Amino acid sequence: MARTVTAQRKAINTGVAWVIGLLIFFPILWTFLTSFKTEAQAIADPPVWFFFDWTLENYRVVQERSNYTRFLWNSIYIAGGSTILGMIVAIPAAWSMAFVPSNQTKNILLWMLSTKMLPAVGVLYPIYLIFIQLGLLDSRFGLTIVIMLINLPIMVWMLYTYFKEIPTEILEAARMDGAGLREEILFVLTPMAIPGIASTILLNVILAWNEAFWTLNLTAARAAPLTAFIASYSSPEGLFYAKLSAASTMAIAPILILGWFSQKQLVRGLTFGAVK
Amino acid sequence: MGRIVLEQVTKSFGDVTVIPPLDLTIEDGEFTVFVGPSGCGKSTLLRLIAGLEDVTSGSILIDGKESADIPPAKRGLAMVFQSYALYPHMTVRKNIAFPLRMAGMSREEQDRRVERAAEVLNLTDYLDRRPGQLSGGQRQRVAIGRAIVREPAAFLFDEPLSNLDAALRVGMRLEISQLHNRLQTTMIYVTHDQVEAMTMADRIVVLRAGHIEQVGTPLELYRNPRNLFVAGFIGSPKMNLLEGAEARKHDAHTIGIRPEHFTVSTHEGEWSGVVGVSEQLGSDTFFHVHETGLAESVTVRADGELDIKHGDRLFLTPRHERMHRFDRDGHRIA
Repeated sequence: MARTVTAQRKAINTGVAWVIGLLIFFPILWTFLTSFKTEAQAIADPPVWFFFDWTLENYRVVQERSNYTRFLWNSIYIAGGSTILGMIVAIPAAWSMAFVPSNQTKNILLWMLSTKMLPAVGVLYPIYLIFIQLGLLDSRFGLTIVIMLINLPIMVWMLYTYFKEIPTEILEAARMDGAGLREEILFVLTPMAIPGIASTILLNVILAWNEAFWTLNLTAARAAPLTAFIASYSSPEGLFYAKLSAASTMAIAPILILGWFSQKQLVRGLTFGAVK
Repeated sequence: MGRIVLEQVTKSFGDVTVIPPLDLTIEDGEFTVFVGPSGCGKSTLLRLIAGLEDVTSGSILIDGKESADIPPAKRGLAMVFQSYALYPHMTVRKNIAFPLRMAGMSREEQDRRVERAAEVLNLTDYLDRRPGQLSGGQRQRVAIGRAIVREPAAFLFDEPLSNLDAALRVGMRLEISQLHNRLQTTMIYVTHDQVEAMTMADRIVVLRAGHIEQVGTPLELYRNPRNLFVAGFIGSPKMNLLEGAEARKHDAHTIGIRPEHFTVSTHEGEWSGVVGVSEQLGSDTFFHVHETGLAESVTVRADGELDIKHGDRLFLTPRHERMHRFDRDGHRIA
């Protein structure tokens, strides 16, 4: 029997979904609202919702006190750089695993994934010491490499599932149609792989952008990205909620906007292969 | 031209030999069908000819030219795959034009040839659609279109109709046969369906475990199967194969008699038995007759309107001139 959904049931479901959605979104909304309040309004009890004196003061102060653009640039450098480097490694890796698998391919994939199960803090000391030895501490380059390595298993896995979906018969058809390796890659493989590559890039940029553990531990001032920028407002000046909120809003805005415009790609990427 | 000669071709995957040394000549313009149960090596053989697999040893001559080491793109053959293997990101027009584009043909010539192929295959209205927007039959036609535009030396079909529903399959079977009549180009067609083999082929190659069991026209195979395997494989429903006393009477280890080679009666005959299942097709009825003392079940064809039910006694007389005799090793006794 097919499931019948009554109008009432539907209304309840919709209502519940909205409540859950708002609950999840609430902290972001609250941060956003607080960033426009004065410090006094930010800690007012009972809290003020929308009817307060909207002010940009916090943003001005934050920008004055710390150089937002420098943090932003570091974030872009690290997220972009680790993604580009990661793709250079992940595309050929996933490619060969998908199209010329050996009998160890499955094991390698699982082994790569298993590294994600290790708590990151477990390797903090070794990596910290290596960084000191190599003089990479507080350098954007060092951080880019680490974040690339952290996210590499996810990139390879994601690309692998995408490439796996490309039927080999299509590549064989191209060969029969007179395409050499160059034409095969250019006209057949690449156009078919682009959606997968795009989703992977997008997800990786977001993961790298939000990475806080390594950025906080391996940077101090020069290479600190936006995550460190937020953190700098939370610890020593804990009571300045409005300014902390302004800093947070500025830090998450770029990635939020990117995510918003590419949500379709992203969702497809995350659920790809789940339903055939 | 498209004469294809295989000489002592072998193929192994690691330690597993899929094709032991094999010789075969496919004449120019011939419609050859490779048929056999799954895993018999028929697809592998086709892929060896296509160049999608490398031969382990032996040579493949296409129009007299040694081709075993030539990449598939340069062999001048076109292939139609079971899954159609269309390029999903290209329109039908671009799909069909792809081999021409690869050959570096001018835009005008490409368009001209694509239009002509589309006309032949009833695809004119769909040229600007993508494969995802087409039905199974239309996709298969696009795949055929992509194969015919470049006027290949030979067409290779790898179970092209397996993904279609029964009605469409019969229609496409006819279309491919008509295409062959019109183009007169060599075609090699792989199928596990002996009906497709019988209805389409000029010559059938029956394969088992990489060996060629028999090569011949459909009727040669039907009339004179060289061994038990071919006897059982060609013809539908299957030939009745009987061993024991009845076979010894004919100086054979096994005798074979096709369901259509019985005279059926309700009151007299050489053998008799009780009707189990009857399959009524309208034109014919196939009776599965039990308790004959010959085999567990004997299949016979009778007139479609014969009024016999489950449990009725039926008398069968085999037509002795159509009886096949096989020795202990399963070889035909002449």
